[in-house]
Amino acid sequence: MTATDVPISAEGNPIGFGRMHRKEDARFLRGAGKYVDDVTLPGMLHGAILRSPIAHARITSIDTSAAEAHPKVKAVITGQTLEGLGLAWMPTLSQDTQSVLCTDKVRFQGQEVAFVIAEDKYSARDALQLIDVDYEPLDAVVDAKHALDDDAPIVRDDLEGRTDNHIYDWEAGDATKCDEVFRNAEVVVTQEMLYPRVHPAPMETCGSVASMDPISGKLTIWTTTQAPHAHRTLYALVAGLPEHKIQVISPDIGGGFGNKVGIYPGYVCSIVGSIVTGKPVKWMEDRSENLMSTSFARDYHMTGSIAATRDGKIQGLKVDVLADHGAFNGVAQPTKFPAGFFHIFTGSYDYDAAHCNVTAVYTNKAPGGVAYACSFRVTEAVYLVERMVDCLADELGMDPAELRMNNLLKPEQFPYTTPTGWEYDSGDYPRALDEAMRIAGYDELRTEQAEKRRAYEAGESSMLMGIGISFFTEGVGAGPRKHMDILGLGMADGCELRIHPTGKAVVRLSVQSQGQGHETTFAQIISHELGIPPEDIDVVHGDTDNTPFGLGTYGSRSTPVSGAAAAVVARRVKDKSRIIAAAALECSPDDLEWEHGRWFVKGDPDNGKTIQDIAMAAHSSLELPEGVEGHLDATAVYDPPELTYPFGAYICVTDVDAGTGEVKVRRFIAVDDCGPRINPMIVEGQVHGGVADGIGMALMELIAFERDGTNLGGSFMDYLLPTSMECPSYELGETVTPSPHHPLGVKGVGESATVGSPAAVVNSVLDAIGVRAADMPLTPAVVWRAMQGSPLRMDLALE
Amino acid sequence: MQVPETFDYERASNIDDAIALLERHGDEARLIAGGHSLLPMMKLRLAFPEVLIDINDVPDLDHIRIDGDEIAIGAMVRHAAILDSALLAEHYPIFRDAERVIADPLVRNRGTIGGSFCQADPAEDLSAVGAALGGSVVVRSSSGSRTVPMREFHEGPYETKVGDAEILTEVRFPIRNATGSAYEKVERRVGDWAVAAAGAFVQLDGDMIADAGIGLAAVGADHFIVPDAEAALRGKPAIRESFEEAAQLCHDQCSPVTDQRGPEDYKRHLARELVLRALTRATARARGEES
Repeated sequence: MTATDVPISAEGNPIGFGRMHRKEDARFLRGAGKYVDDVTLPGMLHGAILRSPIAHARITSIDTSAAEAHPKVKAVITGQTLEGLGLAWMPTLSQDTQSVLCTDKVRFQGQEVAFVIAEDKYSARDALQLIDVDYEPLDAVVDAKHALDDDAPIVRDDLEGRTDNHIYDWEAGDATKCDEVFRNAEVVVTQEMLYPRVHPAPMETCGSVASMDPISGKLTIWTTTQAPHAHRTLYALVAGLPEHKIQVISPDIGGGFGNKVGIYPGYVCSIVGSIVTGKPVKWMEDRSENLMSTSFARDYHMTGSIAATRDGKIQGLKVDVLADHGAFNGVAQPTKFPAGFFHIFTGSYDYDAAHCNVTAVYTNKAPGGVAYACSFRVTEAVYLVERMVDCLADELGMDPAELRMNNLLKPEQFPYTTPTGWEYDSGDYPRALDEAMRIAGYDELRTEQAEKRRAYEAGESSMLMGIGISFFTEGVGAGPRKHMDILGLGMADGCELRIHPTGKAVVRLSVQSQGQGHETTFAQIISHELGIPPEDIDVVHGDTDNTPFGLGTYGSRSTPVSGAAAAVVARRVKDKSRIIAAAALECSPDDLEWEHGRWFVKGDPDNGKTIQDIAMAAHSSLELPEGVEGHLDATAVYDPPELTYPFGAYICVTDVDAGTGEVKVRRFIAVDDCGPRINPMIVEGQVHGGVADGIGMALMELIAFERDGTNLGGSFMDYLLPTSMECPSYELGETVTPSPHHPLGVKGVGESATVGSPAAVVNSVLDAIGVRAADMPLTPAVVWRAMQGSPLRMDLALE
Repeated sequence: MQVPETFDYERASNIDDAIALLERHGDEARLIAGGHSLLPMMKLRLAFPEVLIDINDVPDLDHIRIDGDEIAIGAMVRHAAILDSALLAEHYPIFRDAERVIADPLVRNRGTIGGSFCQADPAEDLSAVGAALGGSVVVRSSSGSRTVPMREFHEGPYETKVGDAEILTEVRFPIRNATGSAYEKVERRVGDWAVAAAGAFVQLDGDMIADAGIGLAAVGADHFIVPDAEAALRGKPAIRESFEEAAQLCHDQCSPVTDQRGPEDYKRHLARELVLRALTRATARARGEES
C-alpha cells in the first residue's frame, strides 16, 4: 500500500503506514517524560560509587570507618561485603566474569571499589572522599598491540591458569582459498587502520532505583536497560532471586545505543543496598562515570588486504583484527559469534574468497566493545571494506564510484551467499548507488573538485574539496533461535494484542524504546494490519510484569523481530475477527473480503462489519461458532527465520582547509533501503541521528588513554560530540527492496547510518587531501599531519 | 549529576561590598560572575572554594562606552554583549571575530570579559584579543583603583596581577585611526578551546605599517604575545612578505605543548598560518576592503 492509499483517521493520522508525529512527543516536548532519575520513593536513599583513580593497582586495604561515621551515611558496601553474598563478581554477556566491587586489584581507571549509601546524593558523594584506599600500583597494559608481549602485565590473574592477556582467536572464511586468490592477483593493497575506542554517550547516563519489599520479598528495579526481560532473568540467575518476584521497569530512556544492554555494577549495588538497608536505593552515575566505566565501542586494530585485477575486478578480501576488549570481556552479542557479526566484512561486493581472523585481548581499559549502534560489529566491518575499496581505487587510479559500481552484487545474484557464510536475501545495490550519485550530482562535484585542486596547487586558495562514498550492507534483526542466543536465551520476541470492546487496542511488546519511537511505530503496525487508528492503540513496553518475554532493543532488532511479532499477532486477531464478522453477518468466513479495517460480503460492499463492530460483537452475547472463544486478543512469539539485510549508499562532500587541516562537512547524501517505511519521519530521524554519529566519530569522538591507563575522554570537554554546527542539512533518498521473509518486508534502520556514514566522511576527507590513509578522528591536527606524511596515532596520548 | 563540595554563598550588592566580603573571607573565597570556568571546576572537584561571592548584582560594571580617547568595557559585560556591540565592531572587529568562536550562545550569555581575563586560561580568546590590542586593565581594592597595562596583567597560566581582595572592574582600549583587526582560531569543534588562535591589530600609515599587535592563544606565548614579531612589522610595507616574516617569528618563538588537540609542530604551524591570515585580514580592514 503506498502512502497515498492510506486512509486518514479523525485525528489526521495515517491508519497504517505513513508520516505522523510521534505519539510520545507530547510528553517529551513538554518535559513530562519520566526517566529513572525521576523515580522518587518514600524513604529512598542515594548511592554513589567510589572509583579507582588508577588503571592497574592491587588494593591492600580499604578503610571505610570515616565514611560510615558521616552523619548521613547509612551503609558502605565494599567488595568484601559482596563476597559474603557471592556477588563480588558477576557474569558478563560473553561468558566472562566482571568485578562488581573490587576484591583484589583494580583493572581500569574508574573501576568500582566501594558503594556509599546516604540520605541524600550530596552526602553520598561527600562521603566517597572519606574512604581511604591503599593502592599498590602495577604496570598497566594500555596498548593492545603490546597486550600479548611476553613481559606484558597480566590483567586477569583472577582467572584460573591465566598466563597472558589473550581472550580468543576467531576466524571466518576460507584462508587457503583466500591465499591462493591473493597469490595470483595482479594488484594487492594492504592497509592498517584503527577504528578507535568511542563511546555511545547517551544523554541520560545509567542508573537504577532498587526497592526490595521486605514483606512480599518482591524486588522492583527501575533501571536504564534496553533489555528489561533479559536483565530480570540474569538477576534471577546471578543473585538467586526468584524470577517471579523481580519486576524490572525500564521507564523513559534517554538514549541507549548499546550502552544500556549489559548489567553494570551500580545496578547490582543498588539492589544489594536496598536489601541491606531495607529502603529503596537510587544510584545514578554522572557524565564522567558514564564515559569512563560503561560500555565503550569499537577499539579494533585492523589490517586489511584487498586483491583485484588491474582493470578493477575485486577478487579477495582478508583482514586481521586485534580487538581490545578492556579489562573484562563484557561485549553483548550472540553466543556463537565472539566478534559479533564482523565477518560480514565483505560488504556489498562479489569475491572469489575472503577470510578474517580476530584476536581479542585484555587491557587495563574499561570493558565493553559492542555499543554505539554498531549492529554487533557491522560498523567495524563496513568501515574496513569501504576504506579498503577506496585504497584500491587510489592504487588503480580509478574513480571510487566506478570501482564500486563495477563490483557491487547484481540484483540477479540474490539470494547471495558470501564467502564467510552470510545469506543476503535481497537487494538492488546499483540502483541505490545510482540514486545517491544522482542526488549528489556526482559528475559536477568531480568537476568542481578538480577546479579547487587546480586553484590550490596554483597557490590561489587553501581550500580543497573531497567526495567520499560508502556502500553498506547490514545483517540485523538477531536472530534465528537456531543460531542465536545471549547467555542461552534465544533471540525471539513475544507480543500480546488485546482489542477492547469499543475497538480500542493495547499491544504489549518485549522490546523497549530508548527514543526510537516504538509507541508510534508499533501502533502503526497494528493499525496497518487491523485498520484501527493509531491514536486508538496503546503501546506498552519496558515493564516485565506487563509485557511478554523477549530480548530487548539493540542491533536494530525491534522492527525486524518484534515488529514481525506485532504483525503476526495482529493477523491472528484479524483471522479471528473474520470468524466473528461471519457470525454477525450470518455468512461463511470464506464469503468475506477485507478492506480498510472492515470485513464485508464479497460483491456486497455495503454489507460489512468494521473491526470496531467486531470487537464489540466479540465481547457481546452474539452466538459464536463451535470452538470459537469470545473476546478479541492474541499472543505470538516471533522467531525470525533469517536476518534482514538493509543497505544503502552514502556520499559525503567535505571542504578541507589545507592550511589548518580543518574539515567542514558540506553535504551528506544518504540513500537507505530498509524495505517499506512504516513511519518515514521516524526512519529519517534515525538516519539523521546516525549520520551525526558518523560525522562525530569520523571527525572528533575518541576515548584515548595515557600510557598509564589514565582516561583522556572522561568529560564532554574532552569527549567531543558533534553539534548542529558540524552537521549539514542531510539529503536523504530511498529505494525499497522488501525483505522476502519478514511479514511486513521491513528490515530495520536504527543503526544503518551509524554503520554506513563514518567511512563516507573519512573517504571524503582523504579524497580531498589526496592521502590514502589516516585514522579517525580526523581532527585538524590529524588531517594536517596526514598531509605532511607523518600520521598521528590518537588512541594513546600524543607525546 | 556532578556536585561540588559544600560552600558558603554571599551575594555582593555593590563593588565596595564585594571587596569587603573578599577581605572578610580571605583567600578561600572566590568571586563568581558567569561561573562558566569556576563551576565546572567545582563540579569536577578540582576547585573547592569555601565561599562564593556572587557579583552579578554589582551595578555599573556592564558598560561598553567611549571614555575620552579609549573604549571602556565593564568587567561584567557578557560575551554576548561584546558580540552584539556596534561600537566595538566599528573600532575593533577583532572582538566580533573572536566572540563568534568563543564557546556557544549559552556560555556567551553568562560569561564575562572580567571573568575571562581573570581566569587567565592560556587558551582563552579574549586575553589574546586584549594582548593584540594593548590597552589597560583597571583593578580596584579598598584603597582605590589602579591601572595595569594589558600586557603586564597576565603573569602566567591562571595567574594575574589581581591580588587578594581586589576586583578587576574595567578593561580599556585606546581608539586609534586607520586601524584594522582580526581574529583567527582553529578548534576541533565549535565551543572547544582553541587548538591555536591568533589576533592581529594593524595601524597603517599609507602603505606602511605604523603599528601592529599580535595576540596568540594556546601556543605558550608569554603574556600571549611575541614582541619580536610586532617589532618586525613596524615601519614595514603592509604586504605579504612582511606578514610572513612576523608569522615566522611567531612560529619560532612560541612554546606550544603537545596534547590531544595536536602535536607541538602542528601548533607552531598554526601560529604561523593564523598570524598570517589575521594580519592579512586586519590590513584589508584597515584599508576598508573588508568589513
